[in-house]
Amino acid sequence: MEKFISHTGTGVPLRRSNVDTDQIIPAVYLKRVTRSGFEDGLFAAWRNDPEFVLNQEQYKSGTVLVAGPEFGTGSSREHAVWALQNYGFKVVISSRFADIFRGNSLKGGLLTVILSQADVEAIWLAIEADPTTQIKVDLDSRTVSYNEVNRRL
Amino acid sequence: MRKHFDGLRLAGRKVRRPDLTIATEDHNTPTLDILKPIADPVSKLQIDTLRNNAKEFGIRIHSLGDADQGVVHVVGPQLGITQPGMTIVCGDSHTSTHGAFGAIAFGIGTSEVEHVLATQTLPSNRPKMMAINVEGKLKTGVTAKDIILAIIAQIGTGGGQGYIIEYRGSAIRELSMEGRMTVCNMSIEAGARAGLIAPDQKTFDYIKGKPHAPEDFPAAQSYWETLFSDGDAKFDLEITLDADVLEPFVTWGTNPGQGLPLNASVPNPADIKDSEERGAAERALEYMGLTAGTPLKKIAIDTVFLGSCTNGRIEDLRAAASVLEGKKIAPKLRMLVVPGSERVRQQAMKEGLDKVFLDFGAEWRNAGCSMCLGMNPDQLAVGERSASTSNRNFEGRQGKGGRTHLVSPLVAAATAIRGTLSSPADL
Repeated sequence: MEKFISHTGTGVPLRRSNVDTDQIIPAVYLKRVTRSGFEDGLFAAWRNDPEFVLNQEQYKSGTVLVAGPEFGTGSSREHAVWALQNYGFKVVISSRFADIFRGNSLKGGLLTVILSQADVEAIWLAIEADPTTQIKVDLDSRTVSYNEVNRRL
Repeated sequence: MRKHFDGLRLAGRKVRRPDLTIATEDHNTPTLDILKPIADPVSKLQIDTLRNNAKEFGIRIHSLGDADQGVVHVVGPQLGITQPGMTIVCGDSHTSTHGAFGAIAFGIGTSEVEHVLATQTLPSNRPKMMAINVEGKLKTGVTAKDIILAIIAQIGTGGGQGYIIEYRGSAIRELSMEGRMTVCNMSIEAGARAGLIAPDQKTFDYIKGKPHAPEDFPAAQSYWETLFSDGDAKFDLEITLDADVLEPFVTWGTNPGQGLPLNASVPNPADIKDSEERGAAERALEYMGLTAGTPLKKIAIDTVFLGSCTNGRIEDLRAAASVLEGKKIAPKLRMLVVPGSERVRQQAMKEGLDKVFLDFGAEWRNAGCSMCLGMNPDQLAVGERSASTSNRNFEGRQGKGGRTHLVSPLVAAATAIRGTLSSPADL
């Protein structure tokens, strides 16, 4: 597992609540017996939609997923974590995570950051205003910072 | 599965307690032609890998064709492996089912499964405790499934986050062990990793005589009788539900919290105050192809699925068969009946239930998870709408583009007769 101390990258605003692990990766992808190569299954049902946030050019290099509340509900499939990591995400920010998903994420080195919904909304607005906004998540100082904003974890 | 065992192999570790470990084939297995080689090469590799790993590490496995094969949460209890006071984990979120016996049982991910196989331990934070008191008497036609769907609609998909739920009250005590399993099964759908019910005489009677029941049963029972919350126990949160007024429940949306009594209509998102919930409801209606204000009972169904770890037990099949007997399936509708385990299938055939289902026009399949998650060939097509006794109505859960309404076995049966969401009272 890759050690997580600090990460700086651009964000992807996923303005949806209750993104369950079936959405993160559908069951048909779970038949493989490896831990890699799941990036093509990530949000599979939504990837066909050109409007979907991951298909928008300005968000293609994002490494920080900023999601609505109740992220990762449902199935305990750890593939959800691998799919996010295989795609290139290092951090997921949400106001609420499902317990099993959060446990799986931390086991695999995908950092799940809980901020208030108001803070999440503020980050969405910042990213949408400027997709190149750099978001820094730092475990030593336990902060999330972007532009002039600094939030403690 | 291979991923768990690869880690053990790399570290040169063994399974610490193979005698306390059990494997079964359920998630991706076909429900037709189960003794032929599995047609899907990816599924075949996964199953072959599991069989080889079980052999190498000395773990008992119930493969396709075995008398004890089936969905893990049906198999454990029916063998008497699930007992009060135990801690039970499995790489599946519906492990909460086993809490019906007064066990602490919860789902874990692959990495944690590997850790448990190697060490028989798991570090865990102390959860908060929630009591849900269901008091009163259920009306005829209202079941355990309706209780849990109503609870999830009330507290939401995140309401149980960080908690273990204890279900209590006269309506819970009144439920059979299988009904209690249905309730505990869907604790995870309310966000709680585990849900449990204090063991009582029904629990002891259910376990007695099962293959893995304790040899010294009286001693075991006297310990189990000590497993209950004190009368003055303090909970972090207490919720009460009135069983007297409960109606058959059905979901209209794309998460299990989006449910309503069957007599209600599709909600209007504009009436929802919370902006997050309103947005979610708008998206759900679009995905589900529903219009606000439509009576739920007017919604036409293409497929009825009776099965899963939630409602694939013998009492569920009996309940549905009692409604279907002598009736004919609605035109163009298909109904899949998938027993939760091979033992359930055998029992049902002994009682002639298979004939009831076949005469009605339903398909009678072999045991497995099947259309609950569509990981095998049993899937919904794009736009196809199901009434399903399973546990998740997520987008695409039962097949890409499929639309799911969660229901009880009684509602599933009545729906298969009428072709629209219905309860036996509508017949």
